[in-house]
Amino acid sequence: MRPLTEEETRVMFEKIAKYEKIMKLAANISGDKLVSLGTCFGKFTKTHKFRLHVTALDYLAPYAKYKVWIKPGAEQSFLYGNHVLKSGLGRITENTSQYQGVVVYSMADIPLGFGVAAKSTQDCRKVDPMAIVVFHQADIGEYVRHEETLT
Amino acid sequence: MGRKLDPTKEKRGPGRKARKQKGAETELVRFLPAVSDENSKRLSSRARKRAAKRRLGSVEAPKTNKSPEAKPLPGKLPKGISAGAVQTAGKKGPQSLFNAPRGKKRPAPGSDEEEEEEDSEEDGMVNHGDLWGSEDDADTVDDYGADSNSEDEEEGEALLPIERAARKQKAREAAAGIQWSEEETEDEEEEKEVTPESGPPKVEEADGGLQINVDEEPFVLPPAGEMEQDAQAPDLQRVHKRIQDIVGILRDFGAQREEGRSRSEYLNRLKKDLAIYYSYGDFLLGKLMDLFPLSELVEFLEANEVPRPVTLRTNTLKTRRRDLAQALINRGVNLDPLGKWSKTGLVVYDSSVPIGATPEYLAGHYMLQGASSMLPVMALAPQEHERILDMCCAPGGKTSYMAQLMKNTGVILANDANAERLKSVVGNLHRLGVTNTIISHYDGRQFPKVVGGFDRVLLDAPCSGTGVISKDPAVKTNKDEKDILRCAHLQKELLLSAIDSVNATSKTGGYLVYCTCSITVEENEWVVDYALKKRNVRLVPTGLDFGQEGFTRFRERRFHPSLRSTRRFYPHTHNMDGFFIAKFKKFSNSIPQSQTGSSDSCASDSQVARITGNSETATPTNVDLPQVIPKSENSSQPAKKAKGAAKTKQQLQKQQHPKKASFQKLNGISKGADSELSTVPSVTKTQASSSFQDSSQPAGKAEGIREPKVTGKLKQRSPKLQSSKKVAFLRQNAPPKGTDTQTPAVLSPSKTQATLKPKDHHQPLGRAKGVEKQQLPEQPFEKAAFQKQNDTPKGPQPPTVSPIRSSRPPPAKRKKSQSRGNSQLLLS
Repeated sequence: MRPLTEEETRVMFEKIAKYEKIMKLAANISGDKLVSLGTCFGKFTKTHKFRLHVTALDYLAPYAKYKVWIKPGAEQSFLYGNHVLKSGLGRITENTSQYQGVVVYSMADIPLGFGVAAKSTQDCRKVDPMAIVVFHQADIGEYVRHEETLT
Repeated sequence: MGRKLDPTKEKRGPGRKARKQKGAETELVRFLPAVSDENSKRLSSRARKRAAKRRLGSVEAPKTNKSPEAKPLPGKLPKGISAGAVQTAGKKGPQSLFNAPRGKKRPAPGSDEEEEEEDSEEDGMVNHGDLWGSEDDADTVDDYGADSNSEDEEEGEALLPIERAARKQKAREAAAGIQWSEEETEDEEEEKEVTPESGPPKVEEADGGLQINVDEEPFVLPPAGEMEQDAQAPDLQRVHKRIQDIVGILRDFGAQREEGRSRSEYLNRLKKDLAIYYSYGDFLLGKLMDLFPLSELVEFLEANEVPRPVTLRTNTLKTRRRDLAQALINRGVNLDPLGKWSKTGLVVYDSSVPIGATPEYLAGHYMLQGASSMLPVMALAPQEHERILDMCCAPGGKTSYMAQLMKNTGVILANDANAERLKSVVGNLHRLGVTNTIISHYDGRQFPKVVGGFDRVLLDAPCSGTGVISKDPAVKTNKDEKDILRCAHLQKELLLSAIDSVNATSKTGGYLVYCTCSITVEENEWVVDYALKKRNVRLVPTGLDFGQEGFTRFRERRFHPSLRSTRRFYPHTHNMDGFFIAKFKKFSNSIPQSQTGSSDSCASDSQVARITGNSETATPTNVDLPQVIPKSENSSQPAKKAKGAAKTKQQLQKQQHPKKASFQKLNGISKGADSELSTVPSVTKTQASSSFQDSSQPAGKAEGIREPKVTGKLKQRSPKLQSSKKVAFLRQNAPPKGTDTQTPAVLSPSKTQATLKPKDHHQPLGRAKGVEKQQLPEQPFEKAAFQKQNDTPKGPQPPTVSPIRSSRPPPAKRKKSQSRGNSQLLLS
């Protein structure tokens, strides 16, 4: 995953702070019985990298600097976990550099998930229609596809 | 409206017109050739005219004899008919006529007489079928009704004799063959005889000429022996027909019953037929028959065969209903707002895309939820910044609705005992953007212990699922008495835990909503009534202005009148899943003494601890008093407790186990007492006495407070006496059924008690029992009695009471009444 930008880090911790009150209440509940508290942003891997989950989408989407809009036809494909091809690309924020973390939206401005730009904005204009422009990382289809692993 | 041209459509009902107005085909028959059947032959125009003339001519002769309603029959009529007129019941005439030529309904020759089931006045009349049959016999098979002979002569296309004979033969065979099969499948035009395949004519004869209203299709209940035959090869159509008939008959039983058949026979037959037709098990069908009147029953069963419409709830945390509806319509979904009672609901009629996988769904803009599941949350009405507990939350629809009503403020604790289903709760809450929820995995009965003091609690209890049969048809057959009772037991436990988790002194709340998706009384009204008796709660209106009121009485049970504020919903009346909703308000955080032991073990254990702890303090007796007073109003419970105390050792032993019922609660209290009791040498077998002794002191105190109430008791103020008195009371309250030994001790005090109140009949009873032994351990008895008194008031008594309590698990219902009397006495 990409490292969190400063802004995202701030946002995340703000949200977490809101949970303090809830957390205190949740302390009553013994650890093995507590299933979930608040919103799971992501998990830390064994090597202490932080992996964002799609559940963080709600919080990060409003603050995203780099956005990608995909055409209605390509929505379903992305929701199934596929990468975005040039043919499905609707719009992309200017100055997106390569391998920049982006938030993927539908044309109706519904956030669909996270991705990584495979090409910079300029390159996107030049490549052929079947080239991948956004690597898929997380999408809201996972709510249905990966229900068991969401916790 | 005009006369209908459909000969097969029978006129039903006793209307005037039904008789008089025959179908248009009756006129047409005069002019047109009858419906052609396989045997018909195209006649030339001349032949047709001749045939028509013949028919007219033949009709005139019998017409004089016929009743006004007689229908002109084709020429055959006079031939075979011995009876004068042929009464053509409006509906039957044309049909028979047409049928006969078709050979369909023609009964086998010679068997027609038995099939006559017209009005009695038609006794002498021969059925059309007979007519046709006789005609068959009589050598004329032509569907136009013409003689073969005359036909032969008159018609141009003369049939060779051999052809005619062949046709006749064919017709006869067809009639005989068809009759059997027709019998089974097409009852509507024939007399209705529910007869097994084997011997319709014989059966008909056996049933006798059943004279039924012409307007009603005659229905004969098969003789008892015939009932079982259907099991072999139930013909659903016939069964369905029979169901409708029996319902019709039962609706107007006096007029339509068959002589000599009781109502219960019809009901049994109906029950079996319904079970066959709708594939229900016997037990569940019996329960449904108790719940619904017959007309509604069939509607209910029909409604369960069909799924309810798909409904969804807009997630107002992320979108508005208007916007969502627009977006979904753009995707090709056909939907409408749910109703004026819901601001967020939408009903989906059909959809070209899977409604559970649209990007809007995945983005958390809506949740698929049954309409009846939205109601308990509306009833609970959670406010912002409150603390809510949802005890059985999976899959999270109600939890998320509460969160959106609270606008993500406050805290919701969403709990479920099933780990698998909890995953869907997590998924749903994340998807819908709910942030104020803690999800936990506890057994709901552990609740107040883990964390309590909630402003509101929602309990959507696990149930037998009899309201959602359309979603899970297996419920039809796999539920029986044990399942229902088991569910009811669990629900009672959960409800008591839920009540204990509510904070009655909450500024904005103190409410609890109990709901199930079941329609049985055992799981709904009974559980609610139980809670009303056991805890300081009362029912309040749910705020839902539609739905049926809950029952306040059902068969032999009687419930509290406030049950009328609960609501029931049915699939056939409201087009939503069967549901039951009750809203409680808790008005006091204290737990009634008599009911202290909640049914589950941890509660009773904690209660015992509480009791013993209390007894140590023993101080707040004064405080207890005021509470006692209100409690005494719930005399039943105190009474129970008293009774419990009076029980013998057996009860003591029982107390060790978690209490099951309210009585158990009493026992619970007495449990505490038991421990003390045992230390004291028991007067009689009961250890209670011993505990009484120990507790005499505190009991005395408590009694002191109570004394004023109990005139009789005043006399025996001395601690010893008091305790014994109390014991006596306790004994009395808990009908010392088996506990004669105890009673003696009780006796002495009881006597005094007896004097107290004439109305307490029980005491004399109790006394009598105890009389024999009145021995000394009066002290303990008094204490016990006192304890009992103390116990009855829900509050503070426990300290004193507990020792006594332990000795006596309250006996069952009998004691209730006694104890009630006793407690009155005590408290008066």
